[in-house]
Amino acid sequence: MIIPHPLLGPRDAQEFTYLGDASLLDRPDPDAATAAEDFHAYAYLRDNPAGQHQELWFHEQGDRSWLVVTRDTTTHEILNAELARDVVLARRAAADKGADA
Amino acid sequence: MTQQNRLSGGQIDRSRTLDFTFDGKSYQGHPGDTLASALLANAVRLMGRSFKYHRPRGVISAGSEEPNALVELRTGARQEPNTRATVAELYDGLSAQSQNRWPSLAFDALGVNDLFSNFLTAGFYYKTFMWPRAFWEKVYEPIIRHAAGLGSLSMQADPDTYDKGFLHCDLLVIGAGPAGLAAALTAARSGARVILADEDFTLGGRLNAEVEEIDGQSGADWAAQAIAELQSLANVRLMRRTTVLGAFDHRVYGALERNADHFAAPASDLPRQTLWRIYARQSVLCAGATERQIAFQNNDRPGVMMAGALRAYANRWAVAAGQRVAVFTNNDNGHRTARDLVALGVDVVGVVDSRPSAPALGDYPLFTGAQVINTTGKLGLTGVTLRRADGGTEHLRCSALGVSGGWNPDVSLTCHQRGRPVWDDHIASFVPGGSLPQGMHVAGAAAGKFSTAAALQSGIDSAVAALATLGLSARPLPCPKAEDGAYDLVPLWYVAEGKGRKWLDLQNDVTVKDVKLAHQEGFRSVEHLKRYTTLGMATDQGKTSNLGGLAVMAEMTGQSIPETGTTIFRPPYTPVAMGALAGRSAGTDFKPTRRTPSHAWAEEQGAVFVEAGLWLRAQYFPRTGESHWRQTVDRETLAVRSSVGVCDVTTLGKVDVQGKDAAAFLNLIYANGFSKLPVGKCRYGLMLREDGIAKDDGTAARLAEDHFVVTTTTANAGPVYRHMEFVRQCLCPEMDVQLISTTDAWAQYAVAGPNARKLLQKLVDPEHDISNAAFPFMGCGEISICGGLRARLFRISFSGELAYEIAVPTRYGDALMRELMAQGAEFDVTPYGTEALGVLRIEKGHATANELNGQTSADHLGMGRMVSTKKDSIGAVLSRRDGLNAPDGLRLVGFEALDGNDLPAGSHLYAKTAPPTGASEGWLSSAAYSPHLGKSIALGFLSRGQDRLGETVTVANPLQGQSFTARVVSPHFIDPEGERLRA
Repeated sequence: MIIPHPLLGPRDAQEFTYLGDASLLDRPDPDAATAAEDFHAYAYLRDNPAGQHQELWFHEQGDRSWLVVTRDTTTHEILNAELARDVVLARRAAADKGADA
Repeated sequence: MTQQNRLSGGQIDRSRTLDFTFDGKSYQGHPGDTLASALLANAVRLMGRSFKYHRPRGVISAGSEEPNALVELRTGARQEPNTRATVAELYDGLSAQSQNRWPSLAFDALGVNDLFSNFLTAGFYYKTFMWPRAFWEKVYEPIIRHAAGLGSLSMQADPDTYDKGFLHCDLLVIGAGPAGLAAALTAARSGARVILADEDFTLGGRLNAEVEEIDGQSGADWAAQAIAELQSLANVRLMRRTTVLGAFDHRVYGALERNADHFAAPASDLPRQTLWRIYARQSVLCAGATERQIAFQNNDRPGVMMAGALRAYANRWAVAAGQRVAVFTNNDNGHRTARDLVALGVDVVGVVDSRPSAPALGDYPLFTGAQVINTTGKLGLTGVTLRRADGGTEHLRCSALGVSGGWNPDVSLTCHQRGRPVWDDHIASFVPGGSLPQGMHVAGAAAGKFSTAAALQSGIDSAVAALATLGLSARPLPCPKAEDGAYDLVPLWYVAEGKGRKWLDLQNDVTVKDVKLAHQEGFRSVEHLKRYTTLGMATDQGKTSNLGGLAVMAEMTGQSIPETGTTIFRPPYTPVAMGALAGRSAGTDFKPTRRTPSHAWAEEQGAVFVEAGLWLRAQYFPRTGESHWRQTVDRETLAVRSSVGVCDVTTLGKVDVQGKDAAAFLNLIYANGFSKLPVGKCRYGLMLREDGIAKDDGTAARLAEDHFVVTTTTANAGPVYRHMEFVRQCLCPEMDVQLISTTDAWAQYAVAGPNARKLLQKLVDPEHDISNAAFPFMGCGEISICGGLRARLFRISFSGELAYEIAVPTRYGDALMRELMAQGAEFDVTPYGTEALGVLRIEKGHATANELNGQTSADHLGMGRMVSTKKDSIGAVLSRRDGLNAPDGLRLVGFEALDGNDLPAGSHLYAKTAPPTGASEGWLSSAAYSPHLGKSIALGFLSRGQDRLGETVTVANPLQGQSFTARVVSPHFIDPEGERLRA
């Protein structure tokens, strides 16, 4: 498998370590009233889609970036790869904007 | 007479003679021969015994699809089983042995299976070895294992090396027959980076096996000229003896190059084989086609071969498989064999063509509308019986029969990414369907284009199309003038006449009757058919047999073949040796070995080393007169407690954390708080997983407001760093904090014991005050030693003694160790290894990987109160779950042996009053003999342990039938008040 690293171009999947579902980016608010249930879902519950799946890969043998890779689990086609950091910052910026509006 | 079946011509080098042996008997052949062609030249037809019935078998093909002629090649450590004689290139001194026979190939005792064949039909194993159940392990399995399996292993280590390599190209051309050569030439002349790979040692594919003209010269000469041109181009890599094994995700191909299989032993600078990973932006599959059989009674006698193989042996290897030859065909192609053999002076006794009318290609007896219904001969073919169109029978005396049931495009690689072949009525076979592997094109016979002209044209077209997708323009090669005959075929899968066995799968001994029986017993799906009869499940993946089996099944179900299904192929295309898959990752090179900077010094001291992850660590340092490791470890332990010892702790993970938000970041990754830690101080940190279970521990030293150095355990250095980067990049990307692993940048030594400060004061430069007042317990700082060498000093203690860890840049590690030993001589300084380190920390009650084993929480470790409720941290929320904080939960406590025995770590704990069976109340995680206390002690987890100090418990180790008693005590066996480490 080849992962198109957003900074380094196409890299062999052997250079990466797989973590799993990119839902791990959405760590719940520990101060929420429902924190216990939220963290239970965050730690244990995963979707298992046949098709597009967003997942976290760590470029351990490379530049140590965490990537969000969008992969089709039925074909292994890789549709997108982004820096996880950029994904999170963009989401938070969008959420802030939503809150302001 | 030797090589009595050798003809004139062919692509063999008669100027050199090669000697070889088969089953101990000597023969001769020539360079260019395969083992199979050389044996046939010497009139050896019997080459093996079949898998199940031990039937005498001979070679049927001239390529990698061979199901029968499997031999053990070479002797001694290089002996390899199941080598196909058809692809074993002959070399001088080659030694081969037949397989699956005892005591000899001509007389095989297990040939008795053949007499019982009525009982050994499809599903025999499933039906017979069912009951009684108890018989399976003791009786059935040993019998089956003895009878099963083909070749044998030498049981010696492979002396050769195997390599792995990586290649990139614009166009990978798989197969160097007419289509492949045309594709490669077209692409190569355009300047594209081309790889042309073929499993054969002579490129050209069928052009070497046929008599035909291309552009007015022989096909073989045209191929040689094309290859010479390709060889001369810098943008082309020609890979002979290279099998493309699989098409994987994202345009990656696996290929095996046999660098030295054609020598008795590889030259010292040559690997035996190389496993290539080829990144091909586009590919053209030109794998050709495989001829298929027609099943009839006793069609498995040595001498019955594929018609195309007979022709290949004659034209390429100048070998007549027999002096008198017959052909049985259902298509025009079979006639070529008769034509070519006649031209070479071989006696063709007849061509039996099942079609009512067929044109003869030469002067030979032709029986149209006829079928071969049986054969004669025991260890080799002596004749065939045929049913003529007029209903009469006739017996033809012959020693070889060429059978052609038509040709199947070799679609294997098109299936590797879930592609499904589709049926083509015109050739009565499957051709590549849609959903090919990314970037793959198919040309030539593999695409069902059987004439040479069509193969050449499709090769050219595919190359142009493939390069166009890359934005590269290629000028099509002018298509050479070549044979463009039609391919006329009337399908015939098996001959109905006769009750005897008609063989479909020769390697797994599956007959037409077996397939019918499977159908009768309800196995309708092709996948079930395969598994029940084992059709196509041998090492050849049924290349010559799958379609025949499918056709019989289709007839039984009354459906068409494509309605009945197809079987697809998986990688590898042909079998691969385990050694090639392992490559250099064998023996001690299986993984890297990491050595600390003072490793050489430790070796000089005679240290015994232990593996810790990838690291080699000094386990203990035996001295003259110490006959048992415990003596050494006791001495090292006591030396630390009484004076001073030095231990190499370089392997601990070190992470440099810098940035304005460094303290806030540590607050998030550690359960306990770090924001108030002053500069110049260290603090123990407990790291949890998000599910609340303890992940790792270590210390964090604050060197500046915005600079910490974090340590991890040796084993978790990699995973903890990965986790920290996850938190930094994925959970708090707004923070101003940077991380880098500095594990390899610093050599670090623990200096522990009452004289530790006195020793260090001799090294530390005088401007740095490390007195107790100036540099108290848990102090840290950047200092210089030995006249200006920068160093870091941490006053932390794993042993419970007055102790420091001192770090210097890696390249000074060896020098520092030697200096500590020299300066410490006056204190009788003692180097100690991981074993004494373990005893010291157990005596002090410090947890390590044995306690942080992925099952234990902060509460279990007695550190529940460390999990701050004033701040968020990873794992904090779920660590507060009821289940992890139950009142009867486990708690880390200490144990003292009461009956003078060693306490085995891993033992289970039971209340003294209860029988030691069933669910236990906990376990011992770490155990040691404490020379300081003079008894065996242990750490462990015990239900409500904190409330049970003083209680006697049973320590059960049922694996070794042991049961001891121990007293529950505080885990801090030494200095519970911490006076020593603050001294």
